[in-house]
Amino acid sequence: MSTTARVAEDVGNFLDERVGASKGVKFLFRKIFPDHWSFMLGEVALYSFIILLLTGVFLTFFYVPSVGRTTYDGVYTPLAGQTVSEAYASTLRLSFDVRGGMLMRQIHHWSALIFVAAITVHMFRVFFTGAFRKPRELNWVIGTILALLAIVEGFAGYSLPDDLLSGTGLRIASSIILAVPVVGSYLSFFTFGGQFPGEAFIPRLYTVHVLVLPGIFLALITAHLILLVVQKHTQYPGPGRTNQNVVGYPLYPVYTAKAGGFFFIVFGVTALMGALFTINPVWMYGSYDPSPVTAGSQPDWYMGWLDGAVRLTPGLFEFTALGFTFSFNIIIPAMIVPGLITMAMLFYPWIEQWATGDRREHHLLDRPRNAPTRTGLGVMSITFYLLLLISGGNDIIASQLHLSINDITNTLRLLGLVLPPVAFVVTKRICLGLQRKDREKVLHGRETGTIYRTETGEFFEVHAPMDDVSRWKLVGYEPIRPLEPLPAYDEHGVRRHGSRLDGLRRRISRFYFEDRVEPVTPAELDAAHEEHEALPAHEEEERGAVTASTSTPVGGD
Amino acid sequence: MSGHTPAPQSAPGREVVPADADRLLPERFENPGLPVHHARMGDTDPKAAKRAERQVATLFGISALGTLITLVVYFAVKFDTPMSFAEYMTRLRISTEGLGMGLFLALFGIGAGAVHWAKTLMPDEERVEERHLLRGSDADRDAAVTILKEGAAESGLGRRPLIRNSLIGALVLVPLPAVVLLRDLGPLPGDDLSTTMWTAGTRILTDPQGRPIKPADMQIGSIVHIVPEGLDKVPDYLEQKAKAAAILLRLDPADLDPKSQPGAYEGIVAYSKICTHMGCPVALYEQQTHHLLCPCHQSTFDVTQDCKVIFGPAKRPLPQLAITVDADGYLVAKHGFTQAVGPSFWERG
Repeated sequence: MSTTARVAEDVGNFLDERVGASKGVKFLFRKIFPDHWSFMLGEVALYSFIILLLTGVFLTFFYVPSVGRTTYDGVYTPLAGQTVSEAYASTLRLSFDVRGGMLMRQIHHWSALIFVAAITVHMFRVFFTGAFRKPRELNWVIGTILALLAIVEGFAGYSLPDDLLSGTGLRIASSIILAVPVVGSYLSFFTFGGQFPGEAFIPRLYTVHVLVLPGIFLALITAHLILLVVQKHTQYPGPGRTNQNVVGYPLYPVYTAKAGGFFFIVFGVTALMGALFTINPVWMYGSYDPSPVTAGSQPDWYMGWLDGAVRLTPGLFEFTALGFTFSFNIIIPAMIVPGLITMAMLFYPWIEQWATGDRREHHLLDRPRNAPTRTGLGVMSITFYLLLLISGGNDIIASQLHLSINDITNTLRLLGLVLPPVAFVVTKRICLGLQRKDREKVLHGRETGTIYRTETGEFFEVHAPMDDVSRWKLVGYEPIRPLEPLPAYDEHGVRRHGSRLDGLRRRISRFYFEDRVEPVTPAELDAAHEEHEALPAHEEEERGAVTASTSTPVGGD
Repeated sequence: MSGHTPAPQSAPGREVVPADADRLLPERFENPGLPVHHARMGDTDPKAAKRAERQVATLFGISALGTLITLVVYFAVKFDTPMSFAEYMTRLRISTEGLGMGLFLALFGIGAGAVHWAKTLMPDEERVEERHLLRGSDADRDAAVTILKEGAAESGLGRRPLIRNSLIGALVLVPLPAVVLLRDLGPLPGDDLSTTMWTAGTRILTDPQGRPIKPADMQIGSIVHIVPEGLDKVPDYLEQKAKAAAILLRLDPADLDPKSQPGAYEGIVAYSKICTHMGCPVALYEQQTHHLLCPCHQSTFDVTQDCKVIFGPAKRPLPQLAITVDADGYLVAKHGFTQAVGPSFWERG
């Protein structure tokens, strides 16, 4: 026996006799995971989180979470002699005086942006493919919470340097708290330890950023991954893939190498971004002071949609009644809109389940075109989100394009109401069109580009029939029809319990599934072939495809 | 059925052969099963496999080189000798880019090598694992229910409502200390949100120079950022400044709104700089239109209309600070703000 094998045996034996490692190896190492590029998006989020932990720990060694006033005397001479906060001075110190500090800070900030972006795109993938369906509703909920916390964590992180830009952001946060009805000013005073900005907030925010939220992240990500293993990964539909199996490669060694390697790739690319692209140059903004501000103030991208919502809401929503101020110009965009969006996201899996009446497990993903209403709703939401995001940069658009900020804002207000429904309708129609195209292709085959002319002068193009494997991709989905109405009254003429809710349910079900294109059935394909055979010169091409199921006629549907 | 489902094509004028009852087609297509696996170059050609092996090793070698570059840059780029600011910044850039690109090679090399290894040399034949329903078997579920019922019965919770109710009561009460303990997170607001350092006779100083201002210093069309005298002496400097910061402008007196005239001095007016929307400094002044613009959310205030909101998400006008001159001829506050400055809050009214 070689030395390596002996050492491996000893280590394995040691672990097995103490923690029962062999059972874990047997359960986990040969688990099969399906392969698709879109499954990588969640991985990017996970790896960004690890990069954030690693670089974040480095930053904590040098950052001082205090707003105590100090005179800056570091190497960045343009700020020499200025009174700044300890937090700001230490951020400059770790950027300019600590070797590699600038790199670490920039990697940290870039990977924070990538983290939220990867979560967002991962959620798009999960939504549009229906991966949130039973039994994965809980993982969708965990993921939604993670996405929201990621935004909060990002905001906390870029507020810590206590620079002019982030301080202005905190002032906005304090104003949102002030706008909370009844208890707003109390909440604000408790959060900031008194008047804004106060000395308490930066240290508190630091604890939240480096301890509380990362702890919650670790717990939720662990739960997310455990559920992933327990429920096994979803897979795209395709030949050999069914709802009862999972087709792919084993965790060990294939995914150990692929996914492990991918971590290093993500880390490497983030390091390259940190090396080459300056991000958040706080030394250009100066330490926080409530009086100055820079034109074109922009938060990090993931806060943009909230900022945009705030910018679009006109001031007329604020009013005074009974001696109290109701700041709906802030409450609507900063609390009600995000609250409703969050609720819609959290409950979406159950809303759709209710409309389908489907309580089965789903492990095969949908092609987005095969769920036109869901895809439409998703694109509608993304359109709304993007319009808010664009609104967050309305001043940049105005100054870059030399347009009136008022016109841009008014246009965006209008578009915010009009475009999302339009996006829904258009997307749904595109999906249905794509489904029809799939049907055409299955029924009449692929266009070969070969043109024939008959003796009578008729032209036609030869269509090559599809083989079983490529056809399956286009027909292998399940048509869902609207729920059939149940009679509201039973045989005794008594109104059935819950029949009113049934009406709503049927309306939702119709909304989802009334417009649909069902997959081609073997009978339909057969009928189509017969029709082709009726054309004389076509015969040659079509024979091959119909040999298996010749001339079984179909009588209507 | 909806009109969107195309009906199966029927061929008019063609004779329909009666269906053969024994050879009915299935309702739906059947899954054709896994497609045939195609071997890769490396699976069949030992030379290709050897080539892939060398490529993987090269990528790992690039990683080692990257690590070396990182270490060399760390120690070779020196910051400890006296040098000009420009020179320091150049070295910082070289250090950051060198360390980062070295790290990129070190990490990317490992990653690309591992992925290439998996893709070219590890088995790529798809394997199938069966899924099982997540719910337990009926026997398992019955056993679980039995256990839960037995445990509940053993605890006697159902039979002894006194224990149950007192436990619920205790559990409801026990978080109270946690709430109470948070009381000292901050003081109560009191009138802190409604008061500023400005009082009658407070001298107006420029920000950040701290100079007093005479009316003659202000040209028509000029704007000065101002703070109350004594601001730099108070311990809560930032908190006071966050409320007291204001702007001083001089307009043609004829342009001013009659409402702002009593607090104006020879066309010079002072307004709070803190946006009534979300507290950002309203710092952008358009001299020609007399508009003040908040850079955060673009609320626009018209100075000639007593700083009324003419666009954007703010509702209330910027509060005016009434001014006059003192015995030495310097501009001072006539009295403090007559209303709370800055963003709205519930009890503001």
